[in-house]
Amino acid sequence: MNDPPMNASGDWRSYVQRMEELAARQGLNFHPVEFEAVPDAFMMEIAVYGLPVRMPHWSFGVRYIYQLIQRNMGHSRLFEVVFPGNPGHAYLSSGNGLAENVLVTAHVLGHADFSCNNLLFRRCQEQVSEHIVEHAASHARQVSQAIETHGAQRVEAALDAALALEQHIDIDQRLRRERFPEFLPDAKALVDDDFRRRFASLDPVAAQGVFETRKRAPVPPHPERDLLWFIAHYAPEMESWERDIFLAVREESFYFYPVFATQIMNEGWASYWHARLLREADFVPPEAYVDAIKCHSDVVRPMAADQQIALAVNPYHLGFSLWEKIIEKQGLEAARLIMQQDDDFGFVRNHLTREIAEELELFRFAARSDGNIRVLDRDLNGLHEALLAPKYNFGAPNIAVSQLRQDGSLELEHDHVTDGRGIDVERGRKVLEYIRRVWRRPVTLHTVDQGGAALALSSL
Amino acid sequence: MTANSDDSSSLGLARWYDLFSRGARDWLRHDEKVREAVRENLPRIIANGDVINDSTRTVRVPVRMLEHYHFRLRSPGDSQGVGQGEVKPGDVLAEGSPAEGSDKGEGGQGEGGIQLMLEIKIDDIVDWLWEEMQLPNLKARVGPSDDSDWVREGWDRRGARSRLDRRRSVKEMVKRQGLGGSKTFTDEDLRFRQLARRRQPAVHAVVFFMLDVSGSMSERDRKLAKTFFFWVVQGLRREYRSLETVFVAHTTEAWEFAESDFFQVTGTGGTVASTGLNKVREIIDARFSPARHNIYLFYASDGDNSIGDHEPAQQALTDIATKACFAGYVEVASGLSRQLATETGRLFGEAAANGQAVASFVIDDFDGVWGAVRHFFSTEVKATG
Repeated sequence: MNDPPMNASGDWRSYVQRMEELAARQGLNFHPVEFEAVPDAFMMEIAVYGLPVRMPHWSFGVRYIYQLIQRNMGHSRLFEVVFPGNPGHAYLSSGNGLAENVLVTAHVLGHADFSCNNLLFRRCQEQVSEHIVEHAASHARQVSQAIETHGAQRVEAALDAALALEQHIDIDQRLRRERFPEFLPDAKALVDDDFRRRFASLDPVAAQGVFETRKRAPVPPHPERDLLWFIAHYAPEMESWERDIFLAVREESFYFYPVFATQIMNEGWASYWHARLLREADFVPPEAYVDAIKCHSDVVRPMAADQQIALAVNPYHLGFSLWEKIIEKQGLEAARLIMQQDDDFGFVRNHLTREIAEELELFRFAARSDGNIRVLDRDLNGLHEALLAPKYNFGAPNIAVSQLRQDGSLELEHDHVTDGRGIDVERGRKVLEYIRRVWRRPVTLHTVDQGGAALALSSL
Repeated sequence: MTANSDDSSSLGLARWYDLFSRGARDWLRHDEKVREAVRENLPRIIANGDVINDSTRTVRVPVRMLEHYHFRLRSPGDSQGVGQGEVKPGDVLAEGSPAEGSDKGEGGQGEGGIQLMLEIKIDDIVDWLWEEMQLPNLKARVGPSDDSDWVREGWDRRGARSRLDRRRSVKEMVKRQGLGGSKTFTDEDLRFRQLARRRQPAVHAVVFFMLDVSGSMSERDRKLAKTFFFWVVQGLRREYRSLETVFVAHTTEAWEFAESDFFQVTGTGGTVASTGLNKVREIIDARFSPARHNIYLFYASDGDNSIGDHEPAQQALTDIATKACFAGYVEVASGLSRQLATETGRLFGEAAANGQAVASFVIDDFDGVWGAVRHFFSTEVKATG
């Protein structure tokens, strides 16, 4: 390199392009990323809202206060937040030092590579568009306008319901879905004989009535898991602006799903690449390099410095360790294929082997409600399930619309067999109450009680 | 370095996020909702005498952060997780403490653990009460008074330096300048605020709190009375700039107490209500005049008056009722609600039947305090309004 060496007080921005070139040479493939340094206060809000600009709701205020308390206790520090898209957006804390920013730039490029190539991300982005940041901002504007027109209380009622159901989408269906067919396919109408043809030619209007055998199809034709979609399309008396709010929340959920379902892989991938790019980056001055490596080990360490045992697994650490092992054993090509095709479920089950689990000293523990915590075992299947259990079904119970009754009341069915136990009654009732306010008819949820007996929860 | 990086990013629309904090905005909305929720539970707050902080005139109410509900599975007795570190199966990493509730292991986002202390101004609560009860404001009896106050009124070219009105003076200077004068201030430009003496209508009020401290009044009865008295004072204080309070306790005798001692008083023996009422009458005659004071009497008792006292008590009450705006009797009957079928209950019932501004109410538990406050203030309005 002929460029003059950078000193530690240099601007990290001058590294971005070189880091991008280096990443491209290493086989990373990503949309351009727009970097922006923002104050810590704004970083914190991005973390709370999940998007740089998002619709207002009091529940974000609660999360904000928790985050504020945590930050003041020195628990967490955010270096960067990155949003996939074309271009991607990366927000870096303006409190980062030069070395941290060098590392963070490389980390962001790892994320950009991941979100550009992982199939789940791509499928969701194809539907939501590659401009989620802009979409979310326009949703926020839409909500503000609704508040002006319809008043804060009514908009809040719609958001209470929509955001309470934000995990209840069906990612296997398309974002833009048609309504269910109104009529059952008519088997008899297809029968075509001379008599009918003759009849129809004599009096086409009468013929239609005589041979009309269509039947109304039940709604929904099958249990419908996308509660946001169903309510927005079938609520008997919902106003159009309320539907819009439901669909806006749903679109954001489609964006959030891949982020949620690939967290271990994605953070691991980005951590693997920031470490590797940093090793290869000869343009980084030595003192910045040392600081950056120290920062790396802080990010991917399994537990706080003064602890021997952690009761939670750091996804950065787990993902990083798994990727390192995969690339060491199977090579980069194979790793890239895994990165494209898997989500956390496949990734953990296939690649968290007994050997790695032992190396990482993973264990399963049981926590009693009185605070007692006991180590159970190091059983591999048990570890897989315990790691993945909070991630199934977007982290929410399996609930589907089972029936829309004649009188407009809504029946929800909880799949308690899959989930293993019933719904928390108090919370369940409150959510049903949220839904009732926009559905405007009775809403019932069928689940089981503590003893496993059928239990129907109803809105008040 | 921070400054550098920020400069290079100022593309016009950069730094828009400096203009507002969405987190704070949504937090304020949460705060508002908490206050609304608290407001809906006012009767319970009012009932709890312990939360009242006299010195700051606030009520501290412990509240939890509101939870935005989601469908969740019922929390299992045992939850499982994955940890990392050098341990053996069977190791106990934390001892259970039976005292702790089942809150642990819940709250995916760590929510629900923090308790907030909400400080609510007593004045706010009284405002809410008034709104809630939809009462017109009490009409104060206005009378002549020696009371006067200084009010700002007009300007003059002479005055004390401290009352110099700079804004006005500059205006004068500019005016003169517009007519071609010099640009510096002259003495003629200076304007001073003037004060004038205004007479204030009489808005004095005095409240007599009379408490039966005979042997039959239990600790809890006294506390009920105290809580009730507290909110009565708050309600009246809203209407009157200066509110005097007089505390009288009686058994078969009556004494005047300082507020601090009043609620500690315990007595023994029987109840003769007329002694208390006569004491009140005495104090009114000696220190207050019905022409200049709005007089209120609130009497708390368990209702057991000695039977021979009916006549003298009735006379004393009638006499007070002609001088006072209102007299209220609250029967604290913890446990057994006798619906005013007591000696004292009858006494006040008769007075009310005679068209005097008198009302009665029974409180049997702390939730009833709210009803009593509401009852008395709506009756009082009817009586005076």
